[in-house]
Amino acid sequence: MSQDIQTGYLNMELLRFTTAGSVDDGKSTLIGRLLYDSKAIFTDQMEAIEEASKRRGEEHVNLALLTDGLRAEREQGITIDVAYRYFATPKRKFIIADTPGHIQYTRNMVTGASTANVALILIDARQGVLEQTIRHAFIASLLNIPHIIVCVNKMDMMEYSEEVFESIRVAYETITAKLDIHDIRFIPISALHGDNVVKRSTKMDWYEGPTLMYLLENIHIANDNNLVDGRFPVQYIVRPYSDQYHDYRGYAGRIAGGIFQKGEEVTVLPSGLSSKIKSIDTYTDELHEAFAPQSVTITLEDDIDISRGDMIVHKNNEPNVNQDIELMICWLNEKPLALNGKYHLKHTTSDARCIIKEIVYKVNISTMENATDDKSVKMNDIARIKIRTTKPLFYDSYKKNRITGSLVLIDEGTNETVGAGMIV
Amino acid sequence: MTQTTHRNINHLRELESESMYVIREVAAQFEKPALLFSGGKDSIVMFHIAVKAFWPAKVPFPLLHIDTGHNFPETLTFRDELMEKTGATCIVRLVQDSIDKGKAVEETGFSASRNKLQTVTLLDALEEFKFDAAMGGGRRDEEKARAKERFFSHRDEFGQWDPKNQRPELWNIFNGRKRMGEHFRVFPISNWTEMDIWQYIYLEKIAIPNLYFTHQRDMIIRDGVFLAKCDHIPLKESDRVANMQIRFRTIGDMTCTGGVESPASSLEEIIEEVAATHTTERGTRFDDKRSESAMEDRKKEGYF
Repeated sequence: MSQDIQTGYLNMELLRFTTAGSVDDGKSTLIGRLLYDSKAIFTDQMEAIEEASKRRGEEHVNLALLTDGLRAEREQGITIDVAYRYFATPKRKFIIADTPGHIQYTRNMVTGASTANVALILIDARQGVLEQTIRHAFIASLLNIPHIIVCVNKMDMMEYSEEVFESIRVAYETITAKLDIHDIRFIPISALHGDNVVKRSTKMDWYEGPTLMYLLENIHIANDNNLVDGRFPVQYIVRPYSDQYHDYRGYAGRIAGGIFQKGEEVTVLPSGLSSKIKSIDTYTDELHEAFAPQSVTITLEDDIDISRGDMIVHKNNEPNVNQDIELMICWLNEKPLALNGKYHLKHTTSDARCIIKEIVYKVNISTMENATDDKSVKMNDIARIKIRTTKPLFYDSYKKNRITGSLVLIDEGTNETVGAGMIV
Repeated sequence: MTQTTHRNINHLRELESESMYVIREVAAQFEKPALLFSGGKDSIVMFHIAVKAFWPAKVPFPLLHIDTGHNFPETLTFRDELMEKTGATCIVRLVQDSIDKGKAVEETGFSASRNKLQTVTLLDALEEFKFDAAMGGGRRDEEKARAKERFFSHRDEFGQWDPKNQRPELWNIFNGRKRMGEHFRVFPISNWTEMDIWQYIYLEKIAIPNLYFTHQRDMIIRDGVFLAKCDHIPLKESDRVANMQIRFRTIGDMTCTGGVESPASSLEEIIEEVAATHTTERGTRFDDKRSESAMEDRKKEGYF
């Protein structure tokens, strides 16, 4: 048994994926199917949804009920917020950010996409590529999700036809050709009957690719973090003030990019001073090296004044340092973005204020065209804007690093998170 | 210079890193945080990660235990020993005091529980110490209403949760800004499942109360649930009492925590058992069986 633990689930990887699709795409059914076929649904949960399905007068057990969490959603039969689901196979643990696909929930989709390695996009085989399909692809590309899996669902209702699948694939590839998507796969499935979800379909011999579960278990995610550009946003200063660690001064944080090694020369921003890494400490060990996304405590050879919000970086590989920043923003709040308005800003472990200097253009996410005539940025809109911050930020482009390239805007009156920004 | 090659950490280390980040954000963003400690495995794991996050310094916030008076004695012994071992401070507030002051009314009947009453004592304690953030060991996989909970969950001045008006949470940026009188509940181990918790306890060799391991105990058998025989549970005529080989999958109040028949005496055996189990751990909890949205209702009022 202990052998199993060592070689088995202690070697599992964590994969986060997001799902996009509308109520009718069978998204909830697909998630229910993944959970059910991977045995992540327990008897008491199953009994609860069997009973609920019966009460609602439904013929089959409605797997979608598994993912509808809040009472309002159960009553209205829709998903109104991001819900997180979990399942595991012997290879990987999965975190699903389940988001509703309707246009008014763009903000939820953006939220779910922000931490995902993989986007699962559903297309109803009867409908083909719709406006919302384009929107989902655009958001996946904007949020720089490394891998996209397009599931052409309800193949059972199209007689499992290869022609239907191929024409959807071609249409999708044509439309997304101008998007920055590196890795995209297509799978014909029937979530309702389980074809090509966990088990290989016996009705689509023409499809030679992997099942959805095989892809989720095997898609290569080890390179999804930036391991080149060393970025360590200082989160907290560890000062024990104890006899044993009298002069100890550690910089705690989660590595946002690159690999840091003991003895390596680093530069500290904003001071620009250089030092060497004296030690990389964790509770149990002193490490020789640490890398994204590890949380560690770093000590330096020299006594430099460093506080939260500062950044330790590789020497001769510094991020941008600037107060004038251009970014794509997804607006999350009912109160529209105010040109010349002032907002609180959070970026890595740093806090600042900013003013909105210019709205460059708004994106029509259904056609992927840029609009320069209408510049009102309302909830669920995506726009390119220019801001000026009260102090310099240390950042990379979002394409280069999703942690050092992202920020949020906060309303100074309500304290609500109102904007999600991706630095260009 | 650094060579770029593959670097990988397993799922437990990634979850641990995420939780450490969240706990450190709490310490950095709030003036007076506390860690809610129940003596159950989830809060033990959360505290363990907090110890790691600030080492070699001490955890820079106190623990807060809301004691219902219906705890297993083993839990309280474990709590006191852990505090002594780690040098951490644990503030204890008693539900009994809230009852004595007339702020909470004891439930009556055979399935009376102090579960709901804890909320009163908790909110009073937060106010007494002016805590502006309370970290809890809630996990999103536990219950449907928790699946949409944020890491940083904003509470109004009445301690209430508004599930329709939650702040969006993107990347690893956590917004803990608030007005006077408001506070936050923070759930650092949101993304952990029951299995992750057990594997991590095994990996890190974390001590847990012996209630989690198999032992002989007198149990009340009621409606298919096995409850520990104790002074807090009045016996019904239909109840049967039997000495059983039992262990607990979750540890809450004696009045609402059901045991499972199990021979599992080691972490390896527990992990094996959890892997093969067909009911959720909350399936053994009486408190969730009250209605389909029992948890959602309690959370709105300010429950953990």
